[in-house]
Amino acid sequence: MQALFAYGFLQRALLAGVFIAVACAVLGVFLVLRKDAMIGHGLAHIAFAGVALGLFLNLLPLAAALAVAVASSLAIVKLKDRAGLHGDTAIGIFSSLGMAIGILLASMARSLNVELMSYLFGDVLAIEPLEVWLSIGLAATVLITVRLNYDQFLFVTFDRESARAAGIKVSRLDALLMVLAAVTIVLGMKVVGILLVAALIVIPAAAGLQVATSFGRAVAASAVIAVAAVAGGLALSLALNVPASAAIVVLCFAVFAALFLIKKRGRVPPGAA
Amino acid sequence: MDLVALRGVSFAYSGAPVLLEIDLVIREGDFLALIGPNGSGKTTLVKIILGLIEPSSGEVEIFGRPPAEFSEWGKIGYVPQKATHVDPYFPASVEEVVGMALLARNRRRGARGGQARAEVRRALETVGMGGFGKASIGRLSGGQQQRVFIARALVTSPRILFLDEPTTGVDAETQASFYDLLGRLNRDEGLTIVLITHDIGIVTKHVNRVACLNQRLVYHGDHEDFCRSAAFRDMIGRGDHLISHEH
Ligand SMILES: Nc1ncnc2c1ncn2[C@@H]1O[C@H](COP(=O)(O)OP(=O)(O)OP(=O)(O)O)[C@@H](O)[C@H]1O
Ligand SMILES: [Mg+2]
Repeated sequence: MQALFAYGFLQRALLAGVFIAVACAVLGVFLVLRKDAMIGHGLAHIAFAGVALGLFLNLLPLAAALAVAVASSLAIVKLKDRAGLHGDTAIGIFSSLGMAIGILLASMARSLNVELMSYLFGDVLAIEPLEVWLSIGLAATVLITVRLNYDQFLFVTFDRESARAAGIKVSRLDALLMVLAAVTIVLGMKVVGILLVAALIVIPAAAGLQVATSFGRAVAASAVIAVAAVAGGLALSLALNVPASAAIVVLCFAVFAALFLIKKRGRVPPGAA
Repeated sequence: MDLVALRGVSFAYSGAPVLLEIDLVIREGDFLALIGPNGSGKTTLVKIILGLIEPSSGEVEIFGRPPAEFSEWGKIGYVPQKATHVDPYFPASVEEVVGMALLARNRRRGARGGQARAEVRRALETVGMGGFGKASIGRLSGGQQQRVFIARALVTSPRILFLDEPTTGVDAETQASFYDLLGRLNRDEGLTIVLITHDIGIVTKHVNRVACLNQRLVYHGDHEDFCRSAAFRDMIGRGDHLISHEH
């Protein structure tokens, strides 16, 4: 095992994976409590169009995916506000459109298919040095932004009306959170792929929420669970020769299930009384 | 000093009129009961004062400024209607919930720092929830949650407090001690209070001003005069509108 960590590719995967996992887990707690959990799924599908576009135009796919996901996340916020659509409807519209455009682009340039597959299913062990530094930089930016706006995000998530009455610019924070989610999801896509990235957003957060009595603890627990799952998943992937993405997601779920069972045995769920 | 002034304020939700030509002044030291039947526009009126809704016409001033230009939100405490519809699975602790409101005063620091923590503790003690700081908000009873929301409205030491039916779902004993608390804050600390209520009993006991709303401002004045007024007899006559109700 020691010798394995000498491999550059593994160090890179672990480093990028840990940063991205923490960003996903922290944002996940806010998104889950806002009942926006499926935004992860939706934006990942939208990012698929960006990846295909990047490959098609010979741009860095990660950068193209970022641009498309961020633009769409803002469009979703606007659509929600202006058209009075429910959040999940707006997400549904954009995510299927994104997937459709991705498929069109992919079919127009047949040679891309192999690389596109790596984005669908994730291939963190193949992550390139440039992407590692980009990922770490962006994940760190996301975390710092959340830290700076943490109290405001918490207030808005808990009670929008009172937050507005306290003079907080709620729609600006909504847009900021969506942009952060878009960036994070595109990064998460590098780790577990488009099809599984929602898991990194939702499952650690849901697991952390099982055991937390304060918001701060929920965030911390979610981050620890995500990091453990990424590290454990990479180890499992090497030991058993299975895809890292699937191993990471299965581990996330195992932790969630364990915490759920412990809590169910231990005490009455909140609000049941 | 006038803390709130409304001049000719009207409001309609997509064509349907809700408020018509409201003129209302709230002075420092007022303990104002805002009463009126369901759908008469009480909640809407408070939201207009707080700048959460823009009136269709008329002028609003809070601390002498239009809400859009006002920035010292820490001077205002607000407990919205149905504040207690808390997601039981939301993991916030009571301290975290109360501390949120400190953002109104300091956007960056919020509830961080020793002084902020002391203020949170003091606000919780004021409402008799001193021992519950670490408890999870979702695990408290409805009445306890309501007290926490009142603590949150008080934590910035506001000059004016808006309470939208704060005692819905609160037991009689807690209600009585809650109104005593409000009376004390009003008398001893000069806190101005605007209380939306359907409980005519409280109107006759603690408040010193009454505003009676039914799209228009039907009555506004001293509470003693109100008890002798035609508006009051109307209210009593239509007592079915005034018993507290479920939402
Ligand atoms: N979001 C909305 N969209 C359309 N109409 C609304 C909306 N909110 C309130 N109304 C209408 O505005 C009117 C006034 O509502 P408001 O909530 O201010 O009444 P209220 O006096 O607070 O009533 P209650 O005692 O039931 O709380 C009602 O007729 C209601 O139907
Ligand atoms: Mg109301």
